[in-house]
Parts: sequence; C-alpha cells; structure tokens
Amino acid sequence: VTLVILVLLCILLMPLAAAGLALIQQGLGRSRSAAHAMLAALCTLSVTAIIFVMIGSAFAAYSGAQAHIVSIRGVSWDWLGSQPFFARKFAASLATSPFNGLALLLEMFAVGIAAIIPLSTGTDRWRLAAICAFSALFAAILFPLFAHWVWGFGWLTQLSPNFGLPAFIDNGGASVIQVMGGLAALSVAWILGPRQGKYTGGVATAIPGHNIVQVLFGCLLSLVGFIALDSAASILFRGADPLTVILIAVNATLAAASGCLAALLTTRLRYRKPDASLTANGWIAGLVAGSASCAVLSPARTVFVGFVAGVLVAFLVELLELKLYIDDPAGAISVHLGAGLWGLLAAGLLAPAQAGSRGALLLTQLIAIATLLGIMFPLIHLGNLLLNRFIRYRVDADGDWQGMDIRELGAGAYPEFVMHADEFVPR
Amino acid sequence: MRVIPDRIFPDSGEALNFIGSILMLSGGGIALAALVLLASLAQRFTFISAGLLVELLGLALIARHYRIPQKGRR
Repeated sequence: VTLVILVLLCILLMPLAAAGLALIQQGLGRSRSAAHAMLAALCTLSVTAIIFVMIGSAFAAYSGAQAHIVSIRGVSWDWLGSQPFFARKFAASLATSPFNGLALLLEMFAVGIAAIIPLSTGTDRWRLAAICAFSALFAAILFPLFAHWVWGFGWLTQLSPNFGLPAFIDNGGASVIQVMGGLAALSVAWILGPRQGKYTGGVATAIPGHNIVQVLFGCLLSLVGFIALDSAASILFRGADPLTVILIAVNATLAAASGCLAALLTTRLRYRKPDASLTANGWIAGLVAGSASCAVLSPARTVFVGFVAGVLVAFLVELLELKLYIDDPAGAISVHLGAGLWGLLAAGLLAPAQAGSRGALLLTQLIAIATLLGIMFPLIHLGNLLLNRFIRYRVDADGDWQGMDIRELGAGAYPEFVMHADEFVPR
Repeated sequence: MRVIPDRIFPDSGEALNFIGSILMLSGGGIALAALVLLASLAQRFTFISAGLLVELLGLALIARHYRIPQKGRR
C-alpha cells in the first residue's frame, strides 16, 4: 500500500512538468500568441487524455497483458498491445492489482507531456484545430506503439531473453516521452515553415520571447514534474526500489543544475553575456538527458551527462536556426530530441553494465535510437503530412502577422498592454 | 540530374523528401535485420551503426528538402 501511495503521489505531480513546458513555450513565443499557446497546451492535454484512454491504451497495454506477437526465426516479437478499447476492463483490473491502473494513469499524463513538446516549435503559427488533430493521432497510435515497446513489455524490453543483450535503459521516459516529442517537433517545424519575418534575405532575425520570467518559473515547475515522472516510471516499469526515489531526485536536480550552468557558461563565452532563454533550455536539457539513466547513474556521472546536454543545446539551437533554417521558437527540438538522444547514448556509455559487456549495453541503446529515427520518425512525419492535407497546419499570412490570439481566439492575452493615444496627452 | 520522373514528383524537392523517408526506413530495417540475422556482437555493432548512418543520410536529405524553400521564405 505504501508503494502504491508513493507511486500515485509521484504520478499526480507529473502535470507540473506539462505546466512548466507550457509556460516555457508561451514565454518564448510572442505576446500576441500567448493565450493561444496556453490554450493549445490545455487542449492538447484534454485531447490526449481522452483519446489515449479510449483508444491508445489498448495498443500501449502493459506487462503481462495480451499482445500481438510475430514470430521471426523462432523469436517472438511483441510489437503491439491488444487490450479492449475504451478501457473496458480497467475498473475490474483494479480489484486484482493496482499496477495496470497506475500504468494507465502515468501514460495518460506522459502522452500529454510528449504532445506538448511540438507545440513550442509551432508557436505563433500552428492552428488550434490542427494541434488537436495531431494530438489525437499521437495519443491514438504513435505514442502507444513505442510506449508498448518500452513500457508494455514489448520487443525492446525483451532484448535480453530474445537476443542475449542487456536490457534497454530508459528509466524516466527519455525515449518514450522526450525523443518522441522531439521527433514530432522536428516534423511539425518542417511542415509549418518559419514565422513571417524570421528569415530576411536568407539571414535569421531574432524574435525574442515576450516573458522570460515565466520561462524561468516554468523551469522550476518542470523540475518537480520531472522528478515525479522519473520516479514513477522507474518504479512502475523498471521495478526500481522505492528508496531509489531519493537517488532519482538528487540526480534529476544535479542534471538540471549542470545543464543550466553549462548553457550559461557556453553563452557567456560565445556572446559575452549569459543568455537567459538558452540557459533555461540548458536546464530542461539536463533534466531530459538525465531522465534516461536517473535511477542507475552515480551523481558524479549525472553531472557530466547534464553538463554535456547544456553545451550541446546551446550549439544545436544555433545550428538549427542558422544553418538548417528551422524556426523553433522555444528550442524544443534541441532540448527534447538532441538532449534525449544524448541521454540514451550516455546511458549506454556510463551506466553500470550488469548483464554483458559495455559494448553490448551500448548496442542495446543504439538499437533503440535506430528504432526511434528509422521507424518512429517516418511514421510521425507521414502522419503529419497526411493530416496537413486535410486540416491545414499553418495559419494564413494575415494570422501570422496579427498573432494567433486575435486570429483564432478573438482577444489578446494582455489587453491592458494596448496603448491608447490619449494616454500620452497632457492633462 | 533528375533520377525520379517529373510526373511522379512534379517538384524535384518532393523527391528528396520521399527518398529521405525511404532511406530512414531502410536504415531502421538494416538495424532490425542485423539484430535478427547476425549473432556476434561485432557484426551486429557494425551493421546497426551502418543502419544509423543510412538513417542520418535520410534525415539530411529531408532537411535539405525543407531547407530550400524555408531559406527563400520572407
């Protein structure tokens, strides 16, 4: 009972990660789209929660549940869950074991966090209807497929019995949540294109975020949410000891701190002054990279992982914006995809290799990365391209200029900021 | 040089997107095939690394497809 309460408490704190990410993405966007950005995050959480429980949970399934299995050369590949739709057996399963209920609750929040990630890439130009459609597709098929492979006793977790390789290390959902969200962000960024005025004559123009205070507050909220997410996922899906929560909390904080300081130092050295938005990105990048091996890595190694993530993000943001012409207002691709992949790789390089050699552990992590890039990204991109044919993703040129608040909601987030000429007339 | 006929891809940029996606899928296929067909760690490592490189090549092609129009957008 104590374990159930602990996991439940952790899961209930997970929405703070979503709140933090939502604050960051709206703070780094323009003020004329601030209300739209927060509403989009709320709608994403709503759509993903309903669609995941009704449809996605059937495919995600859980350990020991029914699944679609393909046999190749005598090896069973558990590739898709096969539970009833609409969570029909949910209430009955709670009577026998709370595990399925907790797993469903965790994944319901996890899919929401993952689907919020691409919102920051589409800030200022992604239409609300298209956001809801993407969230539905993501929660119904894309997320459950990979979640089943990693969290539902799918083929990625069975590399040990089937192929003699060590178990795939992803304690806090770096692959399932962060990299999946980052891949979706990359696809969305490509389909939407840059904001109007971002590139003039092939040269990038800085469009600064409108509220850096909210961005930094979002970072603090995210810390609590990430600690909760890492702890709950490690206990539920990796069988971590409840006391490991202490190590996870220490590691998550250290990863965030080192990522933050690394980004601060990098921007200080490159631009002569620390950049607040990139430093915030470094904080989140540390959390993302550290989440893969949060329950198995020593604090000293976690500091290294977070530090590299912070440096990496500062350079990746520049590479994407200046060389690849990808307009990613909140740096979601660099933070979630870049740091997430680094975290998975770092787990293979630094985590204790229990069953098998270091090379075998690294190979396991590479297989997961190859699966994410080679199978999940084409699926996500194809889904986005198809959806874009039916529900236009990008707002029209006038809306781009007016801002999403006026265009889609009919009112701005900060009506009192409107300046009236009579305010400047002497009285 | 146009490898793909214009009637299939009226915009040559679409060909980059298509070929890039196919390359990414192929890279994933190479990695999974290596896992099933090969036994030794060294062989698996080599082929899975090769699969990852093919995926990155595909990603680079897709990036190039989107980079061209975005660079020109005002």
